[in-house]
Amino acid sequence: MNQTLKVKAAAVALAVAGALGAAQDAMAQANEIFVPVLVYRTGAYAPNGAPWADGFVDYLKLVNERDGGVNGIKIAYEECETGYATDRGVECYERLKSKKPVAVNPLSTGITFALTEKVAADKIVLMTTGYGRADSVDGSVFAWNFPFLGTYWDAADMLIQHVAKKGSLKGKKIALVYHDSPYGKEPIPALEEHAKKHGFTFLKLPVTHPGVEQKATWLQVRQQRPDYVFLWGWGVMNSTSIKEAIAVSYPRLQIFGGWWSGGEPDVLPAEAAAKGYNSITLGHSSEKDRPVHKDLMKVLYDKGKGTSAKKEEVGSVMYNRGLISAMLLVESIKSAQGKYGKRVVTGEEVRWGAENLSLDAGKLKAIGFDGIVQPLKTSCTDHAGVHRGRVHTWDGLQWSYTSDTYEADYKLLRPLVQASAKKYADEKKITPRDCSKEK
Amino acid sequence: MNIFQQKWMTNALFVILAAGAVAPLFAADTRLPQWIEVVLGGLMSGVLYSLVALGLVLIFKASGVFNFAQGAMVLFAALSLVRLMEKMPFAVALAVTVVIMIGVAWLIERLVLRPLVNQEGIVLFMATLGIAYFLDGLGQTIWGSDVYTLDVGMPKEPKILLENVFEGGILVGMEDVIAAVIAAVLVGLLALFFQKTPTGRALRAVADDHQAAQSIGIPLNRIWVIVWSVSGIVALVAGIIWGSKLGVQFSLQLVALKALPVVILGGFTSVPGAIVGGLIIGLGEKLSEVYLGPYLGGGIENWFAYVLALVFLLFRPEGLFGEKHIDRV
Repeated sequence: MNQTLKVKAAAVALAVAGALGAAQDAMAQANEIFVPVLVYRTGAYAPNGAPWADGFVDYLKLVNERDGGVNGIKIAYEECETGYATDRGVECYERLKSKKPVAVNPLSTGITFALTEKVAADKIVLMTTGYGRADSVDGSVFAWNFPFLGTYWDAADMLIQHVAKKGSLKGKKIALVYHDSPYGKEPIPALEEHAKKHGFTFLKLPVTHPGVEQKATWLQVRQQRPDYVFLWGWGVMNSTSIKEAIAVSYPRLQIFGGWWSGGEPDVLPAEAAAKGYNSITLGHSSEKDRPVHKDLMKVLYDKGKGTSAKKEEVGSVMYNRGLISAMLLVESIKSAQGKYGKRVVTGEEVRWGAENLSLDAGKLKAIGFDGIVQPLKTSCTDHAGVHRGRVHTWDGLQWSYTSDTYEADYKLLRPLVQASAKKYADEKKITPRDCSKEK
Repeated sequence: MNIFQQKWMTNALFVILAAGAVAPLFAADTRLPQWIEVVLGGLMSGVLYSLVALGLVLIFKASGVFNFAQGAMVLFAALSLVRLMEKMPFAVALAVTVVIMIGVAWLIERLVLRPLVNQEGIVLFMATLGIAYFLDGLGQTIWGSDVYTLDVGMPKEPKILLENVFEGGILVGMEDVIAAVIAAVLVGLLALFFQKTPTGRALRAVADDHQAAQSIGIPLNRIWVIVWSVSGIVALVAGIIWGSKLGVQFSLQLVALKALPVVILGGFTSVPGAIVGGLIIGLGEKLSEVYLGPYLGGGIENWFAYVLALVFLLFRPEGLFGEKHIDRV
């Protein structure tokens, strides 16, 4: 065979192999549901982002390994590093959109704001477990957003309920030390409403990204002497806040974090000095002994298939949150399959599944999440499904619950949600759905 | 000469800045002890910025290169130390980290700088950008990206001074005071090294002209290894102090970015400039955040440092203590 023929034969062989590979890929894709996993395992927010990502990915692995997928349909996923930067998050979304994902959970309020319009056009469900736009609870306007388990307004409301139990708030001062970003600013409207209702002075103290410089902020806290400080930080900002509070002798017992300011990475760098620090929880703390954790050990970690390099990370606060976020995705897919058939479902079908999700205590127990997820039921008018939380306190070694369960006051919050959603609908020229006709 | 660069204009700028610093004292709701706390806090932060800025000045003085990788070196050094401390006593871990930083300096000289001798400054700057990204990734790959607690015995609880003079006293962070003392000692040692030792003088000669220094027998490659090693050790000290305050983690290298307005203000070639620049930036950003912040929505200290540096650039392009650049035409 001469040289030219050899080259031609090789080219044909390559083309055939390529075509076969592509066909195989297409066949695999036809029997899989794709989910992009937007994560941040590097950068300033990695200490909090990495355990969340590990939990999220581990649950998808568990469902694929243990159950053979969701009703026999495997979940395919691909990680994309956002570094908690909105532009990179949007880039990840755009790149992975071509793989026809059914849902995305970007773990960033900034990215959520940027994607809210896009997901509606692309018919991809935007799941924002415990974060994102507070007004997206209103599914009549935000059909594609699902702030499962609660919003920042819920968290702020529950914290106010908690501190109000210690005595009247009239004439008192509450300072919000917040990450100067869409995330950190989100609880402000709810707290302003509460300040009017309870008659306390509300101080806003922003901290710029990434939050390692807070001396001036805490000197202001020392000068203003607020009765309580609510901390709305993320990543290194949280531990720095606790350390700076120590440096100005502000009592840790009077600091209450949002649920993104209440994980192990937030308190461990401050060591024993963080003792007494509190935060509201998203219905879970650092439980490690639920049946789902045992399954993770048996199916993944004992076989060396776990995502986290450290076994002890399994069950930490942020890991559990990633785990729960993935569970809500899987249950939304199951819910969709219940209506449309046990097959590969589309984004639109998963949206229906997410909007008609019902996880009662029995069902949560059956899937191994009892005690770490509050029973929830979503609807067109309530895309969060549940608005409950408890306060947990760091005792120097671990978190433990130190309050009863609170339920966010929707008599106060519902008008805020509706007004904000209406404003958004007017701006974007969206005609709200009639929720009474949705099923 | 540009009107802004005339001496009386520079003096006027100083008067305006000084007036701005004391102006809060005349506001109705300002108390003197609070103002003193803010000033002290600013000065303490400033000393720490100076520490990182020193690393930049050292390399710029000796090689004319703006080392963008200084922040990555701070992170890499601190990460190495804290992870080694898990396996050995502090003193041994410190010694091993110093050796690692010298090794890094040697590798940088061999693999990056040597092939780029006599290249334009911008080429060397771009090379340091590459070093920054490489060290960043390498450090986190080898040592991990978690937050690591670095306990070197710095006191965390503050002290209240002058309680009988002012109501509530004046709060001083002892950790900041110790850090400031360490930084001051280091600065003194470096100043002596540059001014009084033959190696220091050789470093300055290399900075003036690579080729001329080589022609009179100064070994350029060895000088570069020395200066990058010294800069690595300064980065280690900065990493220990910042790491003890914030925990050792990725954000340490972002703190190092604060050194940029410091050297712009103080001058790229001046060790005293790095100190004075650091103090002005630290003081300026804290006073602005506390007293101007509430009127501008808060969170202004980060950009205020850069605005201050830009204003100085307008009046003194070479910085406060930088060498005046004279072009003959």
